[in-house]
Amino acid sequence: MILLETEALTRAYGGVVAVNKVDFVVESGLITGLIGPNGAGKTTLFNNMTGLDVPSSGKVFFNKKNITGLPAHTICRMGIARTFQNIRLFKELTVVENVMIGRHFKTGKSETKGRFLNAINSYVHMKQEEEQIYEKACDWLDFFGMASMKNELAKNLPYGRQRELEIARALATDPKLLFLDEPAAGMNPQETDHLMATIRKIRDLDITVVLIEHDMKLVMNICDTITVLNYGQKLAQGTPREIKHNPSVIEAYLGKEEE
Amino acid sequence: MFNFFLLILIYSGIYALMALGQNIITGYGGLLSLTQAGFFAIGSYATAILTTRFGWSFWATLPAALILSAFFGLLIGLPTLRLKGDYLAIATLGFGEIVRNVLNNWDSVTRGPMGIQRIPMPDLFGFTINPYKKYAFLVMVFVFVGIAYFIFQRLARSRMGRALSAVREDEIAAQSMGINITTYKVFAFILGASVAGLAGSLQAVFSLSVTPGTYTFMVSVMVLCMVVLGGMGNFKASILGAFIIQLISYFPQLTGLSSVIPPQFKQILFGLILVVMMIWRPQGLLGREETRYGKKVAKSRKGGAR
Repeated sequence: MILLETEALTRAYGGVVAVNKVDFVVESGLITGLIGPNGAGKTTLFNNMTGLDVPSSGKVFFNKKNITGLPAHTICRMGIARTFQNIRLFKELTVVENVMIGRHFKTGKSETKGRFLNAINSYVHMKQEEEQIYEKACDWLDFFGMASMKNELAKNLPYGRQRELEIARALATDPKLLFLDEPAAGMNPQETDHLMATIRKIRDLDITVVLIEHDMKLVMNICDTITVLNYGQKLAQGTPREIKHNPSVIEAYLGKEEE
Repeated sequence: MFNFFLLILIYSGIYALMALGQNIITGYGGLLSLTQAGFFAIGSYATAILTTRFGWSFWATLPAALILSAFFGLLIGLPTLRLKGDYLAIATLGFGEIVRNVLNNWDSVTRGPMGIQRIPMPDLFGFTINPYKKYAFLVMVFVFVGIAYFIFQRLARSRMGRALSAVREDEIAAQSMGINITTYKVFAFILGASVAGLAGSLQAVFSLSVTPGTYTFMVSVMVLCMVVLGGMGNFKASILGAFIIQLISYFPQLTGLSSVIPPQFKQILFGLILVVMMIWRPQGLLGREETRYGKKVAKSRKGGAR
């Protein structure tokens, strides 16, 4: 089943076309890889799908609903969460608070029907609400084996842990679809292996994962399907095996062989 | 002498209200705003005009002042949403000046530079809260400070405060976590503005007259100093900062040295304190308030109750 789909998505900055008529498809339940040389438009595509940027033309459909141009917080509430290439944690807040912010909008509707002013008029209610958010956040920290660090400031965590915390925070929003922007950047091989196991665990929770990554070992290992971008255009799409042997992909990465 | 000390306490309370509002805007929301003088003036004039012109009682003007300044908070919050840091400071500073200039020139309503005199004293169940007999007034001011502190503390400790902190730390990440940053920024402005309006109301019935000269840019700067001195993101600290700054600014009169020490002295002292603070304790006297989910919680959690 197709969970997310873009239709001729284009994003131009003046004369520079960062993303050019890309039809990108995400099947639910799979891990989709998005690769391409630097500057190929991968992150721009991510931003356009998650509402941080508005496409110049083209459409984005999530669960068959048109979400083109909706604000980021609305898209998040519909069930799309993401992480960032350059880690964007709430640095001065504690680890658990970071994850609790991921639960922010959840409390409004599903969990306790809490609202803005409950903080003033109903102390008991607020405490209950906070308790629930806290417990849920701790569950996610447990999932990442970070429970012991929950009272550290986010900025004091080691780099690999910061990346994981960002994923935990995104997962706390209960997404159907999770975008990871270079999750393994700057990780050592052990950390990368650990991350791969984590991503598989996330998929087993019925969360569809899309990831941008330059680490080919990771991409080839865990992705079910891969899309390749080059100069803002879709170059190829297929299983890791197909991509590995696709001549135009090889050309984009390694250059053309001299005859 | 003692009477004078009470007067300083009352002014501290009035400024503490404004500092609480500034703390929500700057300390929690991370928005460097310099509007408090404007909202202060709006609150004051709302009370002054409604009581003298329309014969409202002080208590009826309070919600009016609050709502009016909250409305102006919304008005200034919306267009400045995209601005940050210095740019926001300049835009909001402009707002304060606009308010003062309007008050100065809209003679038919505000009587211009003459101001409005003979504002009736507030009266509670037949008991007149006479600002010349300072105790009752002092109590009234601090009841309001207490209420405002209570409400703000609650809000700050709920998911609202956390969301505001998220907006301060990283707007883009906050958006991607489902937080509507527009709502929260504007909400911070509205809250900050409404307490400043309340402070303005109290100021009007304390001095029993209002003139545009009271609501200068320096008021906003002083309020900001209070928050920075006490510690950003800490409501107790804002109140403490209000007391310290007020004591400093009345120091020459309080010690009876006003004939020796020129009035400019307090500005020198202000500057000196801020410079020293920035070097030795940039987080302010008390620093940011530790949240529930800081280290303290971990201990009490093991103990069972939170």
